[in-house]
Amino acid sequence: MASDKSSVIKVEHLNKLFKLPTEKTNSIKSAVVNFYRTKKTYNIQKALHDVSFTVEEGEFFGIVGKNGSGKSTLLKILAGIYAPTQGLVKVEGQLTPFIELGVGFNPELTGRENVYLNGALLGFSRKEMQEMYQDIVDFAELEMFMDQKLKNYSSGMQVRLAFSIAIRARSDILILDEVLAVGDIEFQQKCYDYFNELKYRGQTVVLVTHDMSAVRRFCGRALLLDKGKVVEIGDPDTIAREYEIINLRNAEKYLNKEDKDPKYHDRDGNREAEIIEVETFSPKSNKVQKTFFANEEKIGVRITFLAHQDIASPSLGFIFRNSAKATVFATNNHIKKVKTKDLKKGQKLVLECLIDNVFTNDKYTITCAIESTDFAIIYDRIEDVATFILSGHDLAHALVHPPHDFIVREGKG
Amino acid sequence: MITQVFSKKNRALLSELVRTDFKLRYQDSILGYLWSLLRPLFMFVILYLIFARVLKSGGGIPHFPVYLLLGIVLWNFFVEMTTQSLGSIVGRGDLIRKIHIPRWLIVFSSSIAALINLGLNLIVVLFFMTLNHVQPLDTAVLLPLIIFEVYILALGLSLFLSAAFVKFRDVIYIWEVVLQAGFYATPILYALSFIPNVTIQKILLLNPMAQAIQDARYSIITHSPLVITTWRIFNGGWYVLIPFAVVIFVLFFGLTYFRKESKYFAENI
Repeated sequence: MASDKSSVIKVEHLNKLFKLPTEKTNSIKSAVVNFYRTKKTYNIQKALHDVSFTVEEGEFFGIVGKNGSGKSTLLKILAGIYAPTQGLVKVEGQLTPFIELGVGFNPELTGRENVYLNGALLGFSRKEMQEMYQDIVDFAELEMFMDQKLKNYSSGMQVRLAFSIAIRARSDILILDEVLAVGDIEFQQKCYDYFNELKYRGQTVVLVTHDMSAVRRFCGRALLLDKGKVVEIGDPDTIAREYEIINLRNAEKYLNKEDKDPKYHDRDGNREAEIIEVETFSPKSNKVQKTFFANEEKIGVRITFLAHQDIASPSLGFIFRNSAKATVFATNNHIKKVKTKDLKKGQKLVLECLIDNVFTNDKYTITCAIESTDFAIIYDRIEDVATFILSGHDLAHALVHPPHDFIVREGKG
Repeated sequence: MITQVFSKKNRALLSELVRTDFKLRYQDSILGYLWSLLRPLFMFVILYLIFARVLKSGGGIPHFPVYLLLGIVLWNFFVEMTTQSLGSIVGRGDLIRKIHIPRWLIVFSSSIAALINLGLNLIVVLFFMTLNHVQPLDTAVLLPLIIFEVYILALGLSLFLSAAFVKFRDVIYIWEVVLQAGFYATPILYALSFIPNVTIQKILLLNPMAQAIQDARYSIITHSPLVITTWRIFNGGWYVLIPFAVVIFVLFFGLTYFRKESKYFAENI
């Protein structure tokens, strides 16, 4: 037992540049032609910029970042697949990288042969593989298929087989990349069980993932990368929140471009009154328009109506739909027992609602309407406008997560 | 260094890679591994009919069909090893991009596969030697050394070619042409004595493949004076060392180039 925790991975001022040829130069002719050209025909892409961190023995260390943030490049440098352009990378001990499950799987070989090949790539001798072969097959539940060629396996079966081999790997440091990105819920559960086991075992693990709930659950510390730079290294909760903010900023940029204009949405009604603006806002920050909300924030909805005729006490209402088109929330002035005033032609009406954020991570839309008092006439109704995003909840597989008590006590008897 | 190179882990991986190579090669063929023996067998029949019966290009060399076969087998080994290694790094690109295994192991595994094939071919050669009543010679002990020389030459070239192929895909076409030229520049199908000019004979023999093939023929088939080797033509002068120097240079150059380039295989493939 090591009495003191020592760092097993040490990265200092790591830089990585890629030369991306504008025209791929892998024929001698172009190499010769380009040699005499003074203009360089490649772009330099800086994949990693001055990255420094350490991973200690027994630590479950997370690396998170958006696609293209450089996290896979960093991982490949740790694994010795890429060479650093500048800087120091020190890895102490044996390191097994699963950049992907089932590396070296050959579709023309049988399941059995692939197990041995993949095992050899993970550093097992044939004898060791023979000893654990039955366990692998049992765990993958593929006994019947082992003598069939891999090309006849379903993708789920392939992943199961690869995972069963991968979890046998024993080395000082394990590197896991996007393992969670594949497979169904049941498979993900197996992954989680495996992570728990690793954590319990005190295995040093570097995990690269998009899955913030996994980061929160397993990692002791995490590193957030954005555009090749370290944004922050810290406890997983902080990192996960930072990551979500970066993600949402991007999503917001994208949302702001689309769906501003009600013209592009399904619309109904005789337009005696019209919905002229639908937006979400933050109740805290001066009611500025806002399209993403963290879990503790209330959601503000503002709808502006304009009457083109005189209208007697209109009914106003809206609903939220999630990305699966399920209605998760609905309200109107009758339910809330609010009586609306009669509207004169040319008059504007603003409806503002503050809603407790009991929903879970998803993309939501608002569908809103202005109708006659008895709902008989639709003046205006717009489907799925004002998309907004909720984030920061730990769960995404339930529709709502209202505030609740959670009491566990010992039973009598 | 050597113990690390042949660590338990690397040996296990090497044997698995060679196994896979062999399995995939004779995939879906009914006779499978037997083709490794049948190919040189049929080749011998063809050679025998054309060169020993029709063209009679033997020039009085005893056991000429076997003499031809041995030359072809060694040359084919050289061709097979270099061409298969040439594409090996690019062919295993999926592995190289995803896992850190010693890169040379991949080239090494193709070379082992070629070496195994050579072994099988030599069995066929031995079979025809007995059939032709070739007298056993004490110089036969030199054959492993000669094969080792060819292997080292091919390994140096393989390392260079496989690394260069990652960057320049023209290498494969260039190498094809070089092999074509080499086939005729090496006395494989003809006896060297067919060339009247002694200087040209000497120049041709400086090619390590020509030297190795002639030495192999001398050492196991016949000591007939018609088998011209470097030792005979240069009378033991220091020129005899040139082919070996070439081999050592090629290995050193291949290794250096491969080591320099292998760091960037994953990004360049």
